[in-house]
Amino acid sequence: MSTPLLEANDLTKHFTVSKGLLFSKEIGRVRAVDAVNFTLEAGQTLGLVGESGCGKTTTSRLVLGLESPTSGEVRLNGNPIHGLTGANERSYRANVQAVFQDPWASLNPRMLVKDIVAESLRVTNWGTKSEISDRVQELMLQVGLTGEQALQYPHEFSGGQRQRVALASALALQPKLIVLDEPVSALDVSIRAQMMNLLKDIQVQENVAYLLVAHDLATVRHMADWTAVMYLGQIVEYAPTVKLFENVRHPYTKALFSAVLPDHPDHQQDEIVLVGEVPSPLNPPSGCRFHTRCPFVMEQCARIEPPIRTDDAGHRVACHLEA
Amino acid sequence: MSQQPALEVRDLHTHFFLRRGVVKAVDGVSFTLEQGEVLGIVGESGCGKSLTALSILRLIPEASARTVKGEILLNGEDLLQKDPAAMREVRGRQVAMILQDPQTSLNPVFTIGNQLHEAIARQGESSAKTVKERAIEVLRRVKLAAPEERTIQYPHQLSGGMKQRVVGAISISCAPDVLIADEPTTALDVTIQLQYLKLLKELQESSGMAMLFITHDFGVVAKICDRVAVMYAGRIVEMGPVREIFDNPAHPYTQALIGSVPKMVSTSERLSTIEGQPPSLSDLPNGCRFAERCALADDRCRSEYPKVYDISASHTASCWKATPG
Repeated sequence: MSTPLLEANDLTKHFTVSKGLLFSKEIGRVRAVDAVNFTLEAGQTLGLVGESGCGKTTTSRLVLGLESPTSGEVRLNGNPIHGLTGANERSYRANVQAVFQDPWASLNPRMLVKDIVAESLRVTNWGTKSEISDRVQELMLQVGLTGEQALQYPHEFSGGQRQRVALASALALQPKLIVLDEPVSALDVSIRAQMMNLLKDIQVQENVAYLLVAHDLATVRHMADWTAVMYLGQIVEYAPTVKLFENVRHPYTKALFSAVLPDHPDHQQDEIVLVGEVPSPLNPPSGCRFHTRCPFVMEQCARIEPPIRTDDAGHRVACHLEA
Repeated sequence: MSQQPALEVRDLHTHFFLRRGVVKAVDGVSFTLEQGEVLGIVGESGCGKSLTALSILRLIPEASARTVKGEILLNGEDLLQKDPAAMREVRGRQVAMILQDPQTSLNPVFTIGNQLHEAIARQGESSAKTVKERAIEVLRRVKLAAPEERTIQYPHQLSGGMKQRVVGAISISCAPDVLIADEPTTALDVTIQLQYLKLLKELQESSGMAMLFITHDFGVVAKICDRVAVMYAGRIVEMGPVREIFDNPAHPYTQALIGSVPKMVSTSERLSTIEGQPPSLSDLPNGCRFAERCALADDRCRSEYPKVYDISASHTASCWKATPG
């Protein structure tokens, strides 16, 4: 088997909570990401879904190298990414780019769009001034903006256009992987569709892989080849998107699916309304972390962490019901 | 049609007066909210849906914006003619509102109990004991666990979903006739959103109040609304019963908006999109405001604002191309 583009092996990130300034002592650990495993092939999309606090953003920050893991590792093309230095680190950073949720916060308001897009080209000595300026023009057209718009400031753009600028600057160095952290959730409905179509077109043109962090299942269904559902720092279900949408197996995923609002008033579905809210990751429940809210809870769920079972299609579920 | 509507808005115009010109954010909005119904107002950001709600309660920032024209009839009385003291009597008691962000609609330095007691005491309840009991009772109605404990907690001690329940409790504490909810679930997680929508629907059904539900999400509309009004660039372009709007949208904007939402079950690989941007509200065209982005637009669409066509008895659309079906 060939090496996948991106691998996470038992990836874990705990944040320590401490008390006191001088003689601070650890009073707890937020288990933001706990032994997460996934792979992503070149040119494909992996969707990470879950509610706030489930660890999906921390996972994406680990992949971007913005956090270092407590244990476990992330590999790009088979090489661990944490602890890189010098040229290796620079090449990693060129290969992995990001587009964040809020296009109002991610673009420097004092820079012209052409400078924002060209920044990564300049710092990597990608080419001469005129080569860089040609590349910027090319990128602007690729994301559906005009060349003249490169001479404007971010505030002159609407939300959807800013997100296009962010994408253009992420694409500049022809990365292998782009981390998309809720790339469309800040946009209006009609603009969202434009952006999602654009992301898919670009994926085909550039053969770039996406790690898509989203809370909206319909977005993930539309964009992702594989989907991982996270709950309290763990992946509870992981499967090819088509398989997952045909056959949802984990009770949490079922609840998540049933909470999706209908696309027609006559399509009201059976609802699994979960009781209460997501417990604190500071002291996650014992056994299966979902047992406090699970409608199908059994006696062993509180005691034993459920084993992970994988079927032939690669559909992975962590639940005692699967036994 | 013997029953008086709960709320009737006629030809409402709310404009911002800025140095660079007049921004016509709400520009001729009319609708009726019948007793006990849930009317959704859908539209994208900047279409004027939130400002319509704020205009009804006369909570618009007065320094720059004014309601220049229109009538807002509540029980036959025009709210726009009332003085500030009379308006204070209306707010909360007759018309209550839930805002999008529970983080900012609760005061961080007062306990949940304080804030509820204030709302209840405003109705003229003087005995401290009854006020406390009523507070716990409304917290129970919004299904907040352990209501006695909650009353002595501060907003930061509650999660977003719990805070929004408290806001809901405050707004129903005076048994209003009309509840205006402005994107109350946008800041909540999906599973919490479902809980909250079900709660609002239950409260609305059990009390019989009418609800004006402002949202950008057609899923929310499908879930809880009876009728829906679609807004674009300051005006309602289509209005009708929810099922008719979903099955037979007459306005090209409504059609495009419904088509651009990714579906949970669908086969198409590409989403349909609406190209371009809405027009600037300070420089509106004479013709149809959607004409620039509409595939069907012709010369008349660009020069003359479309009249309101009756698609069916209760379904209207402002479009020259809309054909009664």
